Amino acid sequence: MLNLTGKRAIVTGIANNRSIAWGIAQQLHAAGATLGITYLPDEKGKMEKKVAELVDPLQPSLFLPLNVQDEAQIDSAFSTIRDQWGQIDILIHCLAFANRDDLSGDFSAVSRDGFNLALDVSAYSLVQLCHAAKPLMTEGGAIVTMTYLGGVRVVPNYNVMGVAKAALEMNVRYLAAELGSQNVRVNGISAGPIRTLASSAVGGILDMIHHVEAIAPLRRTVTQTEVGNAAAFLCSDLASGITGQILYVDAGYEIMGM
Amino acid sequence: MGQDEIMLKVQKIVSEQLSVDEADVTPSASFANDLGADSLDTVELVMALEEEFDIEIPDEAAENIATVQAAVDYIKQKSVA
Repeated sequence: MLNLTGKRAIVTGIANNRSIAWGIAQQLHAAGATLGITYLPDEKGKMEKKVAELVDPLQPSLFLPLNVQDEAQIDSAFSTIRDQWGQIDILIHCLAFANRDDLSGDFSAVSRDGFNLALDVSAYSLVQLCHAAKPLMTEGGAIVTMTYLGGVRVVPNYNVMGVAKAALEMNVRYLAAELGSQNVRVNGISAGPIRTLASSAVGGILDMIHHVEAIAPLRRTVTQTEVGNAAAFLCSDLASGITGQILYVDAGYEIMGM
Repeated sequence: MGQDEIMLKVQKIVSEQLSVDEADVTPSASFANDLGADSLDTVELVMALEEEFDIEIPDEAAENIATVQAAVDYIKQKSVA
């Protein structure tokens, strides 16, 4: 059934054991995929050390620094991937960033730099990575990105990240239309709120989670493992007819009117 | 859970999260000034404490927890409530 044996998967966005990308990496590994893990390098090498220790049990075949704001690093990472693997089957995009000050208070107070930063790291990065991965997805493939309801409807404090997620979701559709001719599918997962390093920057994240726990049909939010399972499905042949879609993995919250 | 037991657990978690010696994690030690925690470390530390003690530490509270003792006091107060 769900079998990713022999598939080569690049997973971006692991920061720690609460990262959604970590949940996805574990499920892809469980389904038999070979992993290439990227991390955001920092000056002291702390992130590299921490992520390396975390992912060690999954025995990644590649472990690469990748800051999407650094074009040279993208070139270098994909040239290593090309040399080592020759091709990519799966690309997982779990990248987003905004200044903490832009994730609470008045949306209109966002600066031009803050707006551009959020859109650059959270939305443009998918376009960049798809462009870099495209020539390596020679036998078709699957690309999955992470979005959130705040990109479709107003969620208090999500602010500029909501605008970035709206752009990201439209990126999914344009990229799906472009890459479909080479049998590459592009989909997004809109996950319910999960407490992660990234989401902790969103003002009132705990209140968001409590709200979902009270309202969602399943009366809870979702786990990283559940998102990982959905991602593994979207990357597998079981989802061979699905592209350009946003799949809600949110305990049903999205259907509720109030 | 008593104050001492909380302190021991907090010291262990802080030492692991910040990669510092448990001996350096004294009650009066400041996370930022004495133990070298940057903003990301602080966020991760808060989440690790939440998980260990099954409590929630909102941002406003976290901002006021500067020392090991302050963390222990907060956890003790939350655990009783």
